[in-house]
Amino acid sequence: MCCGEGAERVKDMRPISGWRRWMSVLPLAGLAWLSSGCGVIGGKIASTSDPAGDQARHIWDLFMVPVWWLTVAVFILVTGWLLVNIFRFRRKPGDTRIPPQVHGHPRLEIAWTLIPAVILALIAIPSTRLIFQLNRNPGADTNALRVQVIGHQWWWEFRYPEYGIVTAGDLHLVVDRPVVLTITSQDVIHSFWPPRLAGKVDAVPGRENTMVFTPEETGVFYGQCAELCGAQHAHMQFRVVVQTQQEFDAWVQKHRQPAPDPAPGTLAATGKELFEGPAGCAGCHSVNPTYDPSTPINKTLMVGPNLAYFAERQTLAAFLPNTVENLHQWIANTEQVKPYSIMAEKWWKIRAQQNQLLTDEQVNAIVEYLRSQQ
Amino acid sequence: MAEAAIRLEQAGYRRSALVEWLTTVDHKKIGILYYWTSIVYLLLAGFLALLMRIQLAQPDMHFLGPKTYNEVMTMHGTMMIFAVAMPLNAAFFNIAVPLMIGARDVAFPRLNAFSYWSFLFGSLLMWSSFLFGHAPDAGWFGYANLSSSRLYSAGPGLDFWDLGLQVLGISSIAGALNFFVTIVNMRAPGMSLMRMPVYVWMVLITAILILLAFPSLTVGLFMIMFDRYFNTNFFNPLHGGDPVIWQHLFWIFGHPEVYILVLPPMGIISEVLPTFSRKPLFGAPFVIFAGIAIAFLSFFVWAHHMFTVGLGPVPNALFAASTMLIGIPTGVKVFNWLATMWGGSLDFKTPMKFASAAVWMLMMGGVTGVMHATVPLDYQQQDSYFVVAHFHYVIFGVIVSGLLAGTYYWFPKMYGRLLDERLGTWHFWLTFIGTNLTFFPMHFVGLDGMPRRYFTYSAETGWGTWNLVITIGAFILGLAQVLLLINVVKTMRQPATAPADPWDGRTLEWTIPSPPPAYNFAVIPTVRGRDAYWIEKYGDGHHVPAATDTTQRREVHEPRHDNPGHGPLPPGVHLPKPSWWPLIVSAGLTAMAAGMIMHGTETLGPLGFPIVGLGAFVVFFGLLGWHFEPAIEHEEAHVA
Repeated sequence: MCCGEGAERVKDMRPISGWRRWMSVLPLAGLAWLSSGCGVIGGKIASTSDPAGDQARHIWDLFMVPVWWLTVAVFILVTGWLLVNIFRFRRKPGDTRIPPQVHGHPRLEIAWTLIPAVILALIAIPSTRLIFQLNRNPGADTNALRVQVIGHQWWWEFRYPEYGIVTAGDLHLVVDRPVVLTITSQDVIHSFWPPRLAGKVDAVPGRENTMVFTPEETGVFYGQCAELCGAQHAHMQFRVVVQTQQEFDAWVQKHRQPAPDPAPGTLAATGKELFEGPAGCAGCHSVNPTYDPSTPINKTLMVGPNLAYFAERQTLAAFLPNTVENLHQWIANTEQVKPYSIMAEKWWKIRAQQNQLLTDEQVNAIVEYLRSQQ
Repeated sequence: MAEAAIRLEQAGYRRSALVEWLTTVDHKKIGILYYWTSIVYLLLAGFLALLMRIQLAQPDMHFLGPKTYNEVMTMHGTMMIFAVAMPLNAAFFNIAVPLMIGARDVAFPRLNAFSYWSFLFGSLLMWSSFLFGHAPDAGWFGYANLSSSRLYSAGPGLDFWDLGLQVLGISSIAGALNFFVTIVNMRAPGMSLMRMPVYVWMVLITAILILLAFPSLTVGLFMIMFDRYFNTNFFNPLHGGDPVIWQHLFWIFGHPEVYILVLPPMGIISEVLPTFSRKPLFGAPFVIFAGIAIAFLSFFVWAHHMFTVGLGPVPNALFAASTMLIGIPTGVKVFNWLATMWGGSLDFKTPMKFASAAVWMLMMGGVTGVMHATVPLDYQQQDSYFVVAHFHYVIFGVIVSGLLAGTYYWFPKMYGRLLDERLGTWHFWLTFIGTNLTFFPMHFVGLDGMPRRYFTYSAETGWGTWNLVITIGAFILGLAQVLLLINVVKTMRQPATAPADPWDGRTLEWTIPSPPPAYNFAVIPTVRGRDAYWIEKYGDGHHVPAATDTTQRREVHEPRHDNPGHGPLPPGVHLPKPSWWPLIVSAGLTAMAAGMIMHGTETLGPLGFPIVGLGAFVVFFGLLGWHFEPAIEHEEAHVA
């Protein structure tokens, strides 16, 4: 196991004296353990150390070489010197000696002005190169997929202007195909962050930022908001679904028209009626996955996320796994599931005040309808 | 009334203790007021941190709701910066600076009292938001347009934040002016700038930073106030405003603010390490110029808080370069401190323990700072727990450790007693272990993608294990601070027998009794070098020790003042007169802020502007009274 190696190396150090050796070895053993990264970091859904996209990979590589190893060097230098000072120059009891009054040493000062300067230059050069590489002009890449990302309190909307498709919560991308994201916000400042694929870019209302990266693995990747945007900042997740080109093409083809209506007389059909009528869902949510890219964005924005093909979504309410139970809870008890959300404040609470909360059967019908969106 | 009180006092009567503290203009008493107010706030804001740590100890906890969490998080940050770290620094400016430069008080004693009362009232105003159920909840940095629009932050929470910070800002600017003028004008004869103790240097630089940085915050706060109250659109993108402007204004203040907080503790470290090493500070001029370089550069790095805002690659690269430059003077400081210890005779009394640990933790917080300056890394680390780890190493590891070193170091000058070493050692080790157990694992969860300011997280993120460790560390850290209080209580029950110079000190404050008399120096000393007192005691190779140690002898002959300030004054000494006016003006100012907050509410709205007017009236007549009040007791005595 990798942790063991650090400890092995430590044993070979020549003995100084018992506890002094122990004290100086401890930080080194800790470092060896940390730098091997076994179990401490990585392997989690948001680990920046497990890149699955080119941007995240370049960043992690820069973090390890040279930044991490220079950090280790500085750590050893400063910690080592401090420990030597502490153990070598500690005053013995009864010692009244006045040590030589050394005021300074200009050549040493020059040396330790230069040491940090050199270390920083070693970091600054590859760093600056990567800044420009990551911000490369997206226009040059004609093959790139283009997606508009719009942050809302507290969910993410994704629009594909080339295809006239709008969706929410799940961002569908193509493996090994660059993507140019145009990121903005509808209300306050958010920050778009899929940690395993790329860094983060702020979604600022009134501004458009771009982010360019290439997913390098297929799968479902975790994403989240990284700028405090109000009460439910922690519940503003999204998922990035990275597919092959064929899978993505099929997805696009499917989303060019709405899901078929449920068969008349089924529970889902009752749900559709409720959704469009008395339950008031359609006031904020659309089930039409298309939009007209030539109209200005603010003319086509809806208050709530688009729910077309809802059954395919990874999450609901921007944080819960998309299961029947969670969906039922969300509609029946919005205020408990995600307080302060628009649906809780402007729909559930008002209906609760007017004693018009949906019955269990009505909720079931709407759930059935949304699950039929596939 | 105040005049009558003075006459009574000079006739040998005592004013009541309460009146004495309310009207004091003595920098030592104001320092003690600052100190204890900040320590109480440290415990309160630390308590808020523990509430957050309970909520985050495990995934999906329901201890704090989302809004309450944001309020607790915002108040923790805002109060720790503006009501703990800054005033705790101000406490030591007051306690130590006049003594270290051989002055009898600060340049503007009543302005000094005004700074304290504005700080107290402004911070109480902000704390009171919890009582009204509407604490600010947009983070200590209050990003617009979340903070500037009543659509996104309804209720008076952000008004408490905005107006409270304006009052605290006035307090800070007044204090900075005072210490700038004091240090420039009131040094003892012979104390040229380069003979000034390094701590005093850092305070001088800090004062300049405050004077240059706070106006930017004030302007921003006014713009938020106008957006919230008068429907202007500075930060409203729907009408041509831009929320990013706030970020520029805030961080042009906010980054120098980091150095406003850390330079004075660096100064304390620069005093404590030489004293307990029995060696002068290695390369003192370099340490001083490193401080100046840091302060200068700090105005050109603000956009490193905004690498993800989308400023573009060129600004990002330039601000990354300027930020990395700060690493050089910081490194110079660390190496000079290490060289100060090298070859010394190190006595690890509690102040020395805290100071040495602070050097190490500055390195810990410094190397991660360089990582954030590396823009691509910042794309991943920005607003993650990695950043939280970084700045807590600096704020707790360096600033609070430095101030705790200062506490143990200067306590005899505050109370004439030495804090208990055994309890101090326990306090140090538990604090050190707690700090690292709390803040080191934050690096891990940060690299694993945990964003800051999340009130909860799900189990599937895998962040739970380290968060539990962090919470355990936070409780160790919190409980460790109780030991300081126990130590103080235990120490204060003993007689005030601390000698004038308990640590074999190097600077002028150790030439006078502990605690010093109200007038500090019966005879203003003459300074012959940077380590003014050390040279008098031991010589420095160029100067021989003074043949007869006048400072020591004076202490022997001087009667002890158990109640300093009430004995007869030495001839020719004039002390500033106690005054009610600073308190009154501060109260008026705070009433104006409170009225403004009321104006924004539905229920108390109509009362708002009348109270603003009343406050303005009090401020105006308070300033008149202040103006016409004679400043010096001496003249009073002649009249009487």
